Amino acid sequence: MTAKIEIPSALQKFVNDQKTVEVEEGTVKNVFNGLIGKYGELQNHLYDEQGQIRSFINIYLNDEDIRYAQNLDTEVKSGDVIQIVPSIAGGF
Amino acid sequence: MKSTAAKAKTAPDRDLGSSVTDLIGNTPLLRLSRVCPQANLYAKAEWYNPGQSCKDRPALYILNEAERSGQLKKGLTVLDATSGNTGIAYAMICADRGYPVTLCMPASVTPARIKVLKAYGAELILTDPILFSDGAILKARELYAAAPEKYFYADQYGNENNWISHYETTGPEIYAQTAGRITHFVATLGTGGTFTGAGRFLKEQSKDIQLIEVQPDAAFHGLEGMKHMESSIVPPIYDARLADRKMAVRTEAAYRWVVELAKREGLLAGISSGAALEAARIVAAENPQGTVVTVFPDNGLKYLSEHFWDDNL
Repeated sequence: MTAKIEIPSALQKFVNDQKTVEVEEGTVKNVFNGLIGKYGELQNHLYDEQGQIRSFINIYLNDEDIRYAQNLDTEVKSGDVIQIVPSIAGGF
Repeated sequence: MKSTAAKAKTAPDRDLGSSVTDLIGNTPLLRLSRVCPQANLYAKAEWYNPGQSCKDRPALYILNEAERSGQLKKGLTVLDATSGNTGIAYAMICADRGYPVTLCMPASVTPARIKVLKAYGAELILTDPILFSDGAILKARELYAAAPEKYFYADQYGNENNWISHYETTGPEIYAQTAGRITHFVATLGTGGTFTGAGRFLKEQSKDIQLIEVQPDAAFHGLEGMKHMESSIVPPIYDARLADRKMAVRTEAAYRWVVELAKREGLLAGISSGAALEAARIVAAENPQGTVVTVFPDNGLKYLSEHFWDDNL
């Protein structure tokens, strides 16, 4: 079994219009590297110029913000669900 | 010499502050001489409105017109989709006038905003953050469709009084504050109300005034309050043909200018102000003899929990 990443609607066009993408187990960092390896256009949307996850992006592992776990070193296990959520409401 | 007491006795009601809505509009225009020393760049500091954002203007116009036309009367609840500033404006004005308010907004809105809205007594319905503001719009439409007799659906995205408020106040203020010298108007897009309203007024004063709209550079962005039109539900009030030039700003550039504004100008501005400044500086640099005016929609207090501040505090 594998874990899955839920892709926000604004990024789905970069992953062949999929709502979720299945990924192998590993750290969050490995999982994201794998995701970008497969869908290169995501690089500029997920990472800043310094190669860090962009500051407005929150990553949730099973509904928990990874900043409050081991951040990018947090282990992703089979069956886990990762969400990529911008920290803004996007409205006015 | 007149005494203070005598002066106060003869002052009109407006000066005495008979209602919070009397404080809306007539915000300062500030010269940004440190972040843009090479040109004449000015920003309208919209957080000087009592609800602390430019959204006080459309909210007041929308509610005034609804009362005048009879669409809004006692017993109805004001309903809309908003992630913050317009909601704060509705909640503030409705607290003053005695109307209940129900607001739909993405659950990712900052905790500080939620507290402000609750302080004014608004009821909040939180929607899926992955859908951004579009999820909130769809929820508000659903609530209204289910019980139209219960609500006045303000619909800031489609209500003509949104842009008219800027046509009748923001635009004329900018023109008067620059003594008609404005050459370029730069504004970020949210509902499109500020750009469309103030832009139309300014263009009517002189066809030579250049109108520049600013959007996020991509659908996935961190620019609170701004809309990437190509990938969003386009607000009906937004006039896509109005702009002489369209500019796109990357989130990190806006964040950088928010930090710079605080450290170098002493202005703690909101995120969309940073985006406006990124674009306006480029326009100003290209037109050193011009007078470039932009709008800073709100202040930065609500955004201090954003992570871009982590390394700058």
